Amino acid sequence: MPTSDWPDVMLHVVSGKGGTGKTTVAAALALALASGGKRVMLMEVEGRQGLAQLFDVPPLPYEERKLAVAPGGGEVWGLAVDPEEALLEYLELFYNLRRAGGALRRMGAVDFVTTISPGLRDVLLTGKAVELVRRKDKLHARPYDAIVLDAPPTGRITRFLNVNTEIAGVAKVGPIRSQADGVMAVLRSPRTAVHLTTLLEEMPVQETADGVAELEEAALPVGGIVVNMTRPPQLDAADLALARAGDLPRDQIERAVVAAGIGRDPQTVVDALVGEAADHAARVAVEDTERQRIESLGRPVYELPFLSSGIDLAALYDLSRMLKDEGMA
Amino acid sequence: MSTLAIDRLIDDPATRIIVCCGSGGVGKTTTAAAIGLRAAERGRRVCVLTIDPARRLAQAMGLTELDNTPRPVVGVTSETGSLDAMMLDMKRTFDEVVESHSDPERAKAILDNPFYQALSSSFAGTQEYMAMEKLGQLRAQSDRDGTWDLIVVDTPPSRSALDFLDAPERLGTFLDGRFIRILLAPARGAGRGIGRIIGAGFGLFAGVLNKILGAQLLSDLAAFVGAVDTMFGGFRERAEATYALLQDRGTAFLVVAAPERDALREASYFVERLEQDGMPLGGLVLNRVQEVRAPELSAEQCLAAAERLESSGESPLTVSLLRLHAERLRNAERQRRLAQRFTSAHPGVPVVEVIALAEDVHDLEGLREIGDLLAGQAS
Repeated sequence: MPTSDWPDVMLHVVSGKGGTGKTTVAAALALALASGGKRVMLMEVEGRQGLAQLFDVPPLPYEERKLAVAPGGGEVWGLAVDPEEALLEYLELFYNLRRAGGALRRMGAVDFVTTISPGLRDVLLTGKAVELVRRKDKLHARPYDAIVLDAPPTGRITRFLNVNTEIAGVAKVGPIRSQADGVMAVLRSPRTAVHLTTLLEEMPVQETADGVAELEEAALPVGGIVVNMTRPPQLDAADLALARAGDLPRDQIERAVVAAGIGRDPQTVVDALVGEAADHAARVAVEDTERQRIESLGRPVYELPFLSSGIDLAALYDLSRMLKDEGMA
Repeated sequence: MSTLAIDRLIDDPATRIIVCCGSGGVGKTTTAAAIGLRAAERGRRVCVLTIDPARRLAQAMGLTELDNTPRPVVGVTSETGSLDAMMLDMKRTFDEVVESHSDPERAKAILDNPFYQALSSSFAGTQEYMAMEKLGQLRAQSDRDGTWDLIVVDTPPSRSALDFLDAPERLGTFLDGRFIRILLAPARGAGRGIGRIIGAGFGLFAGVLNKILGAQLLSDLAAFVGAVDTMFGGFRERAEATYALLQDRGTAFLVVAAPERDALREASYFVERLEQDGMPLGGLVLNRVQEVRAPELSAEQCLAAAERLESSGESPLTVSLLRLHAERLRNAERQRRLAQRFTSAHPGVPVVEVIALAEDVHDLEGLREIGDLLAGQAS
C-alpha cells in the first residue's frame, strides 16, 4: 500500500478553474481518505448542490449527512453550508443572537452579509471548515479524520482563504479577532493543504500557475495539482510526429484497411483516419507543453483519466482508488 | 432540433445587442469575439465588450491598453464594417459613473471613500453590475452618434450564469434598501422605531457589525450612500433600465455551453430563466464538440477490424488509428446523448455545434475559423 503524501493534513481544500471537475476530485479524494475505516467530511460552500447531484441523493440540508461508504468500512459525510444558516450559527456562538434572525432577515441584513459582501460570507464559510477541523466530542475524540472542502474556484481561492487576515486588520481585540486569528492559524498550518485541479489546456494551467503564486505569496500551504480528465495518447511518439507532419504511410494504412475489409471506399477511410490522427497529435502536443508547465511548478502532480461513461458513484470509487495509488490519500 | 443561424442573426440590422452567457470554462469569450469579428467582416459596425479574456486572445484583439474604452481591432478585413473591442475595467467603470453624475468635489469625496473603494473593486455582483452599466453606456453612445450598430457582450465568469441577471438588481436593492437606511440612521433608530421592531437584537447586531466591519467602515458607508443618493436617483433604477434594455427585441441572448453535464445543466437553468423573464433567446452555442470524420464507420466495426489486424500482425499503426476512431465515436456519442437531453427539454431552442479545436484560439485567423464553424461552414 503506498503511503500518503499528506499524512499530517486534516483539511484538504480542493479548488480549480470552472469546468475542471473540482467537485468530482473533491469527492474522489474524500472517498480515498475514508477508505480503510476513516470518517471524512466533504463540505461544499457554493450553494449549488453539486454533492447531491454527484452522489445522486436529494438536495443536502445544512446538516451533516452520511453520503457514501468507502472501501474497508470508511464513511464519507456531506455538508452543504448555507451562508445564511452559518451566519445565524455564528451569531449564536458569539452573541447568543439566534432569535433575532427573523428580524435581521426581514431588514435585509442577512442578505447583506451573505450575498452582497463576499468577505463576510467567506469568514463564515472558512470558519465553519475550521470548526470541523477542530471539533472534538466529549471524550476528546475527533468525529472526522479529515475534512475535504469543495472550495471556490482558483481565481477566488486566495481571497477566500485569506479573508480572516483582513478581519484581523479591522477588529483589534475581542471574540471576532480571536476567531479570525484561530482560523488563519489552522489555514496556514501544515494541517491544511490547498490542492488545485486543472486540465491539460492552456487557460486552466495558466490559472493554476497564477493560483500557486498567489497562495504562496499569502503564505497559504499549496498542496498537490490534480490533472483531471487526461486521455492517454493512442499513438506512439514516432507516429505522433508523423501524424503532425502529415507523413503517415498512407499506402500501408490503405492496405490494412482493405485487408480488414472496412468501409466502402478505402480512400475515404484512410483520409478520415489520417485526419483524426493529425487532430489527435496536435492535441497531444498541446498537452505535453501544458504538462511541462505543470511540472515546472514543483508540486506533487496526480493524474485522473477522462471517463467516457461519465461520473457516477462507481466512477468515483475508481477515481478514489487511483488517487490513493498515486499517494494523494 | 432546429439550427441556430448565426449569419441571419448578425446580418439582421434589427439585432443590436448579443449577450453571450453560460457557466465558466465553456468558451464564452472566444465565442463573443468570433461573432464580433464575423459580424464586422460581414459589414456590421461592431463593439465587443469582453470581461476576462485569455492573455493571448486579448493580445490578438489588441486589448493591451486598459483604458476602459473600445479600441479598433487591427487586421479586420471589411469595406464597410468595423470592429472595436474593449475589456471591462470594473473599478474604472464605477468611477466613471460617479464622475459623470456629480461635480468634481463631490466625486472626489466618493472616490476617496474607503467603503466605495471596497465596493467598486471587490464586492460580489459589482462586476456583473458594471458589465451591465458599460453595456448601457455603449448602447447610449451608439444611439447618439452611430459609432456601432451591434454590441456583443461577454458575461463575467460567475459561479452561476444566472448571477449576471440577478447581481445588478441585488446590489441595487441593497444600496437602495431599508437595511442601509436603518444603519445610517442610528440616532433615529435608537430605542424608538427600530427598537420596537426587533428589540435589543438590533443594537447588538449593529454592535456585531461594528466589530466585524469596524465603526469607521460603517460611517464610511453612511457617507457613501448619503453622497450617492442625492445624485443618481437610485441604483435600482439604473439596474432596471439596463434590464429593460436586455428585454428589448433588438437583444439576443446566446447561451454558451460545452457538451458536459454541468455546463448543460447551467444552460438549461439559463434558458428557463430567460423564458420566464421574457428575455429574447437567440439559441444555444454548443462548443467543444468532438469531431468525427467518417461517422459511418461504427466503433464496433473498427474495434473488430483492429482485433483482426492485430492478430494477423499487420500494420500496428492502423490498429491504433482504428482504436482512436472508435474512441472518438464513443465520446461523440456520449456528447450527443447529453445534448439530446437538453434539446428534448427545450425543443424550441435553436442549437449550433462548434467542434473542438486542438489548440486554443489566439489570433484573428482562429477567430475566423470559429466564426465559420458557428455559421455552419466547415473550414
